Parts: sequence; C-alpha cells; structure tokens
Amino acid sequence: MSTILPPAAGGSVAPADPAIDTGRGTGLWKDAYLRLRRNPQAIVGAVIIGLFLLVAVLAPLLAPYGGDELPGRTSITPTAIPGPGAIEGFPLGLDRFGGDVLSKLIWGARASLLIGVVSTALGLAGGMLLGLLAGGLGGWVDSVIMRFVDILLSVPSLLLAVSIAAMLGQSTYAIMIAIGVSQISIFARLLRSTMLSQRGADYILAAQTLGLSRRTITMSHLLPNSMGPVIVQATLSLATAVIDAAALAYLGLGGGLPQTAEWGRMLTYAQAELGVAPQLAFLPGACIVITALGFTLLGESLREALDPKTRRK
Amino acid sequence: MLRVIGKRLALLIPTLFGLSILLFLWVRNLPGGPATALLGEKATPEAIARINELYGFDRPLLTQYLTYMGRLLQGDFGISINTGRPVLEEFATRFPATIELTIIALIFAVGVGIPLGYLAARHNGRFIDHSSVVLSLIGITVPVFFLAFILKYLFAIQWSLLPPDGRQSPRIDATHYTGFYVLDGLLTGEYDAAWDAFLHLILPGLALGTIPLAIIVRITRASVLEVQNADYVRTARAKGLREGTIRGSFILRNAMLPVVTTIGLQLGLLISGAVLTETVFAFNGIGRFLRDAIFGLDYPVLQGFIIFIAVLYALINLIVDLSYSVIDPRVRVQ
Repeated sequence: MSTILPPAAGGSVAPADPAIDTGRGTGLWKDAYLRLRRNPQAIVGAVIIGLFLLVAVLAPLLAPYGGDELPGRTSITPTAIPGPGAIEGFPLGLDRFGGDVLSKLIWGARASLLIGVVSTALGLAGGMLLGLLAGGLGGWVDSVIMRFVDILLSVPSLLLAVSIAAMLGQSTYAIMIAIGVSQISIFARLLRSTMLSQRGADYILAAQTLGLSRRTITMSHLLPNSMGPVIVQATLSLATAVIDAAALAYLGLGGGLPQTAEWGRMLTYAQAELGVAPQLAFLPGACIVITALGFTLLGESLREALDPKTRRK
Repeated sequence: MLRVIGKRLALLIPTLFGLSILLFLWVRNLPGGPATALLGEKATPEAIARINELYGFDRPLLTQYLTYMGRLLQGDFGISINTGRPVLEEFATRFPATIELTIIALIFAVGVGIPLGYLAARHNGRFIDHSSVVLSLIGITVPVFFLAFILKYLFAIQWSLLPPDGRQSPRIDATHYTGFYVLDGLLTGEYDAAWDAFLHLILPGLALGTIPLAIIVRITRASVLEVQNADYVRTARAKGLREGTIRGSFILRNAMLPVVTTIGLQLGLLISGAVLTETVFAFNGIGRFLRDAIFGLDYPVLQGFIIFIAVLYALINLIVDLSYSVIDPRVRVQ
C-alpha cells in the first residue's frame, strides 16, 4: 500500500545558521520535540512503539517457548484447537501446528518489526540517494532519475513489492528488499521536491553569496533543511511496511516454515480455522493494527510538530 | 483538451517502455533461467533445450526483447503456464468481476467518506468529528485482508447474514453476457440472480472500500476545514445567500479538488487491495488469478498483469487530471 497521506506542503524552514538565532526562539528540532512531548497523540504512539520494541528485543526472555517450537503438538487434534486458557501453561492457547500463541506473538513482534525497520531503512537510503542526486544535481541526472522513479510509480506499491518478492525467491530478505524498493519512489520524490522548493530560499542565496561550493550548499544547507518531510514519511512508512509485510506473507511470499513466528504468517494460516478458532486471526491481526497505529500516530504528530504553519501556536 | 490528453499519453510511452525492459530482464534473469522456471527444478536438459528453442530463449538478448516487444504491441501477452490459455483472454474473463468489486468499494468509500468528512468538519471538535478521526485512523492501519477476515467471520460465519465467498450462489442458474453479474441479472430480467450477485459483493466491497474510505474522510475533513472559513465564504454569507447554496457551491465544490486527487490515488490501493480481498472471499476476479500466478510462478501472467496495471493506472490518473477541469474552472483557463 502506498503512502498513507500526501506529504505536507512546504516542509521545514529553519534558521540555517545558529549564529543568526537571536536566542529568543528555539531551533526547529528542539521546538518540535517540545511540542511532541505535549501532544497526547505522540505520547500514545511513542509508548506503543516503545512497548513493542521492548518486547521484540527481550523476546528470548519474555517468551515461554521458542518461536518455531511446537510444545503443544500432542494436545491438538484435527478437530480441536485448544483456545486461551484451555490448557495450563498456554495462556493464549495453541495454534493448529501446536505452537504456543503467546510465544509466537512475542517472537512475531521481533520478526515483523525487523522486516518493517530494515525495509524502510532500505527504501529511505535508496530514495534519499536518488532524491539527493536529482534535487542536488538537476539537469539530465534529474530527468533520468525521475523517469526511473516514474517507472517504479507506474505500478501500485504493494503490487511492485509482490512482483519483486516473487522475482527474488522465497526468503525474508526478499520481502525486506521488495518492500524497501517499493518505497524508494516516495522518498526520492519527496526529498527532491522539498529540495527544489528550498532552493530559492534566502539562506541558500546567502550561502551562494558567501561563495560556498555547490556541494557544501547542497549537503550542509539544502539537505538538512529538507529532511523534515522525509523523516515524517519514514515514520509513516514503517506502518505501511509492517502492513505490507503481512500482505506479502498472506500471498504466500517470504519462504520459511508455515509455523514461523511472524504476525502476517500467523494471520494467513488462521484463515482455515476462522470458524473454530477466530482468536488465531484476531490476536496477530490486532498486533499489526496496534503497531501500525503507533507509527502512524507518531508520524502524524511529528508532521504537525515540524509544520511551520502550526508552529507558532 | 485533446492536446493535453495527447501530451500525457506521449509521456506514458517512455515509462511503459522502461517498464517493459525491466520486466523482460526480470524473466530472463530468473534463478536457473526462464526454462527452468517454466518447467520446474527437476526438468531434464532435453526438455530445457526444447523450451529454449520454442520460446527463443537461446537467441541473442536484443532479438528476444524485440520479439517480446513486438508481441506486446500486438496485444499478445503470452500464454499462462497454469491454465494454458492466452494471458489476455484470462484477464478479459476475470476483469469484469474485479471492476464490479472495485465499483462497489468505491461507491461505499465515496458515498460514506465525503458526507462523513464534511459532517466532521462542520461539527469540528464535537463527538462526530472525534469519532470520525479515530475511525479513519483505524481504517488506515488495518491490513485489508485482516478486515476481510473480521467481516467474513462476523457476517458470514457467526451471524450467517451474507454469503462467505464466491460471486454467486451455485443454486442460481444465471445467464451471463457481460461478465458483470449484477448487470447480467438486470439485463436478462433475472432479478434474483442480480440480487444474489449483489449480496456476494457486499462483504468484499466493504473490506476493500474501508481504507479508501478512511483516507477520503480525512482529506475531505481537512479540506472543508480549510475552505469553510475562507473570505469568499464569509462574503457569500454577508451577501445573504442561502445556507444550502453556500455549502454546496462554495464550500463543498472548492473543497473537492484535493478529494478528487485522493480518490484517484486510491485506485492504485484498490487494485492491490483487490488481490487480497478476492483471495479471502474466493471471489474469482483478476486479483485471485494473480495470487494463483504468484503461487504457481506463472511468469507470463505476472509480466502481463504488471504491464496491464501500469497502463490502467496511467489512464485512471489521466482521467483524474481531466476531471479537475470539470470541477474547477480555474484549471480550464490555464
């Protein structure tokens, strides 16, 4: 699924040089941080993400069983899957493979967040490189890069990810690369357009007047001042990446064993038991929604906090 | 107008050209080569050689590309490995189902989304505003196939209100001319068949329409909020225009431009969402066919589908751009 919302117009306009700052105001990022701390929406988002990150990192300590272990293999029969609390020792019940649902949710946090973070990092890195080259160099480099980005954009992003994953073969890395590549176009376009809109700004003119080289202007002035929208988009893209990863798993991509502890996978294999054991679908599904919600809340508060239009309230 | 259309279509050519090169290289670079991908890992060298000769995989890359491109331009997308029928034919038989589903989803998303977003903005800060914001937040974070699970579980399994899957009940013996089942039922006068087909569309339509709905609510709300305090709205009020006129011709019409853009952008989401939704509801459209193609590594289908979607997507975006001039006379002048 492509970008959730169109990027905020304008972007960040900050004093480029702290020396100009008279001291009565605060810098853009510090100001944004102060405003984030006061925004309940941002706090809810940050707490959600913090909790899930903690669970993901501490999975080996928190989970009663390993992610791929099937401790309840002997307790399941083709007709009955013990639900939450049915058997002692499995608070959230078993799945159809005999895996402990609680443990799998915990290990799943690790797998799903890892896919989300790595793929977004890939997309961010690739997109920033292209956007920087296009926005910084302009001319034919810009044209060539933007035509390439157009090709990437000519297919809806989830379908692009599906095609790439299908091409790369069945593995988690394929999923990460596929989602990452499908996000490149958003970041590239965003960074380029923000840089273009900043190019006419007074502080750039000032830097040119001072005789700074084009590289210095681009890297030390244009780029840092164009990062706001990109960072907002990266936060929002983390949500999309987690959701898209689940979708790819549902379409049978990603490889590994069916009982692999990953939310999308758990959701996929719960489909057959929807009538008898709906919790097998609802629990991992809820985890995905809550994680995506956390990233979205944080991303949108960040957008608000960085938006100069709402800044002086 | 025609010049604009012509220019946009001309711009499409390099994009599709680039896409076709990427797709071509993709299939040529499959693990083990295209013949192995077609036949499977256990293929004998003789069989691989035969396939290579049959499809021309042994010829120089440029010749292969030109042949491939020539066939594409003639509308020949190749033959599906799974079904043995031409890819384009397979699309044609399944496409009406997906269009039907997408239309229902879009009607739901637009029909509910715009009024809800408008009401939320008018009652800014009140209960309806807050609930629409929360609902749309959940709407954009829920994976479409998970939502489909929930709907299917509640309405089809738990309460048995609506059919759980398929496009039409097997007991119904309907005649199909167009492939649009609801339309077919209405045209032939088999109203029970049309109604049955419509019932089958509700759950997948709701599932597919929810994400666009959430986004449309948000954009409409934001856009109306921005417009409703504009100077010209105040002027219209001061002139003593009727409130209905102000809301319809001043606020809503001016607020629609970003909403139309958004609806256009959602069509990409709808196409990808259809792949997932159709799979959950065993709805025999193009999306489900694609899923089977992914599982069966049916490369001609995947390749054709991507080109097909890219063209479709570009045409939709063109229509969206052209619709601006209908909504906003200012665009027409430029």
